[in-house]
Amino acid sequence: MTHSHSQAFVRTEMLAEQAPPASEMGALRWARENLFSSIPNALMTLVALYVIYYVLAGISPWVLGGIWNAESLRECREIRDTLYGEGREVACWAVIADRWHQLLFGFYPSELYWRPILTLILFGAAVAPILFENAPRKLLILTATVPFIAYFLLWGGSIWGPVAVALGFVLGWAVLTYTQDFLGSLGATLAAIILPILYWLYFAGTVGNALQGILPIGIEAIGSDEFGGFLLALVIGITGIIISLPIGVFLALGRQSDLFIINKCSVIFIEVIRGVPLIVWLFTASLLLNYFLPTGTSFDILLRVIIMVTLFSSAYIAEVVRGGLAALPRGQYEGADSLGLNYWQSMQLIILPQALKISIPGIVSSFIGLFKDTTLVVFVGLSDPIGFSNLIRASSEWNGIYWELFIFIGLCFWIFCFSMSRYSQWLERKLHTGHR
Amino acid sequence: MTIQVVALILILAGIAWLANNTIQNLSVLGKDFDFGFLSQRAGYDINQRLIEYTNDSTHARAALVGILNTLLVAFLGCITATVVGVIAGVLRLSKNWIVGRLMTVYVEAFRNIPLLLWIIAIFAVMTESTPQPRDFRGDDPAATMNLFDSVAVTNRGVYIPGLDWGPGSLVLILVFVASLVGIYFFRRHARKRQEETGDILPVFWVSLALFVVPSLIIYFILGRPVTLNYPELRGFNFGGGLHLRNSLIALWFALSLYTGAFIAEIVRAGIISVSHGQTEAAGALGLRPNRTMNLVVLPQALRVIIPPLISQYLNLTKNSSLAIAVGYMDVRATLGGITINQTGRELEGMLLLGLFYLITSLAIAGVMNLYNASVKLQER
Repeated sequence: MTHSHSQAFVRTEMLAEQAPPASEMGALRWARENLFSSIPNALMTLVALYVIYYVLAGISPWVLGGIWNAESLRECREIRDTLYGEGREVACWAVIADRWHQLLFGFYPSELYWRPILTLILFGAAVAPILFENAPRKLLILTATVPFIAYFLLWGGSIWGPVAVALGFVLGWAVLTYTQDFLGSLGATLAAIILPILYWLYFAGTVGNALQGILPIGIEAIGSDEFGGFLLALVIGITGIIISLPIGVFLALGRQSDLFIINKCSVIFIEVIRGVPLIVWLFTASLLLNYFLPTGTSFDILLRVIIMVTLFSSAYIAEVVRGGLAALPRGQYEGADSLGLNYWQSMQLIILPQALKISIPGIVSSFIGLFKDTTLVVFVGLSDPIGFSNLIRASSEWNGIYWELFIFIGLCFWIFCFSMSRYSQWLERKLHTGHR
Repeated sequence: MTIQVVALILILAGIAWLANNTIQNLSVLGKDFDFGFLSQRAGYDINQRLIEYTNDSTHARAALVGILNTLLVAFLGCITATVVGVIAGVLRLSKNWIVGRLMTVYVEAFRNIPLLLWIIAIFAVMTESTPQPRDFRGDDPAATMNLFDSVAVTNRGVYIPGLDWGPGSLVLILVFVASLVGIYFFRRHARKRQEETGDILPVFWVSLALFVVPSLIIYFILGRPVTLNYPELRGFNFGGGLHLRNSLIALWFALSLYTGAFIAEIVRAGIISVSHGQTEAAGALGLRPNRTMNLVVLPQALRVIIPPLISQYLNLTKNSSLAIAVGYMDVRATLGGITINQTGRELEGMLLLGLFYLITSLAIAGVMNLYNASVKLQER
């Protein structure tokens, strides 16, 4: 029995759906829940809004009113006074318009800018197969050859120098592959290390010169002292990370190894390098490296800095890779052993591919750190972006200009480092999908 | 075994080669390897010093002044970086959208721009956009002092009130230290009692009272032995008070803000790492929110936070060598800079400098390993 007989009125059909109240919808609800959910929260929102307003109100007229066309800071100020009247400060972006090429390329001859740009494009293509799984695999051939091409493009000179050096690697590879049968794996490895070193020390120069004599191909040579600005930072940073990666992997393996002497040597090397600031190592490179090498050897400061930066970052990468090695479950090591693989086989086929995959985010962030640290080379007399900002300020036209240069340099670094860190976060998410 | 012997021989050969080269190069240059220069007269002035030093002091003394300056800026930097980092890390997790975004902007800006740029930018602010001391002069000065005429911000540095230690200060300090010891023992007693009987003592309020009350009573009984010494304009510059140089302030601020951004990320990761089930379980046991925080969430979060935090302290200490950019006289500038230039002892100077940083790093790392061992989860 329904109530319809005893009650005066019973609704028999549903009411039409109504929109939720305005306070529970869209932007208003979002603001209430996220910005004004309680009194302290509302106070915080107001304070934050005030801070944002204060900063924007202070900076935006200075930035937006900036002057882009001027030859010098004095001209900038004259234009400002005629435009806005006395007493208002605006940015003088003309310094960036005038000198951006120096901040990016240093003293590299302007008609040859295509060389660093082409190098950067080639480098991008070469790292693509390492960074992104779906890039074409054939690019890996480019990855193997790009260090030599990059050296040739950036420094110029004869093409046969880099070719002769590359031949050393081919020699090492050939020795490793073809002598394994009668030298055994240890002998072949040693031979593959020693023979190319002997070749580089005693024959590479001759081979290069001979080839140059037969077929002279070359482009204009550029000295290391003409490198500067972000070009210099990138050359040091990228060379450092690429060479330090294999060294770091070996150090990490050494530190995880059961062999007493190798373990202790790796630990000492890593801890000594990491315990001392980079700037002290850079001064060591500029003041002391000549003491440690045979009397009379001297090579340019850029190369010395690259060597130091490489050793420095290899210690940091070793720690990152060690983290990756330690993060692998013991079962992987035991599984490799039970398959009867020897140490190098199990490392190469089972452990390292997984450990390196885990460590890629750490490697990327140590690359970001290294790239930021390249600014320190200004203290040993190289002109990185900050060094160039000092040079520009020392010129009579732009004497006394600070913020425009700092902002430009900071922005360039920020864009580079931020995109790297986003990449590493993306990679972390991608690698983690299997474990959730 | 063969590999070990081969490696040992190669390494020893490498070291011998380097040592041999060094000896040859030193003899070619007519130099010897001798630390005697440390006891010679330094002959240069250091504007920032914590201990007595004149240009008649020895190079060893100059190095010590530099070491103390490095430790000073590292110590100040670690404290402020921790405060900034914890606040930013917690606020970044806040439910307030706009505050969270603001903190993200702070963290991303400082993490992705080189520290050196921040140091010289803050130094430029301090020297270029602050008034000169003479702007404070006259009846209608162009600049005024802040905070009830106690702090003067000038382009030569910041002048803040200093402390004058009158007679009887020693007693005051002893009483203060004694009350700190008292707090320690009271907390230990309270914890023991809670574990035995379950009674909870009002630890926070008693600690606060112990911290403040005895020292205040002694302070007034002894007739205010410690007084504030305000900076004032004398001639062309400020006198009295404590003078913080721009180099110190720029270095300190930049190190704090830069490292603070990294610490914020560490703190955030640590808090996120404690799973929500822990908080809920604590609630199910009937713990109130602040007890949940203190007894359940924080101990687990700290296990994740502390090791990377200490390695950030280590980074901050090493990064303080960027003092070179603003002319702060740290150990690199005295021992590794002027002393080397004056005596020509690069090898010995750099060796000592490296050794100082190495010992500092190893000491901090040692503390970290002890802590790690004590909080490590015990697995199979």
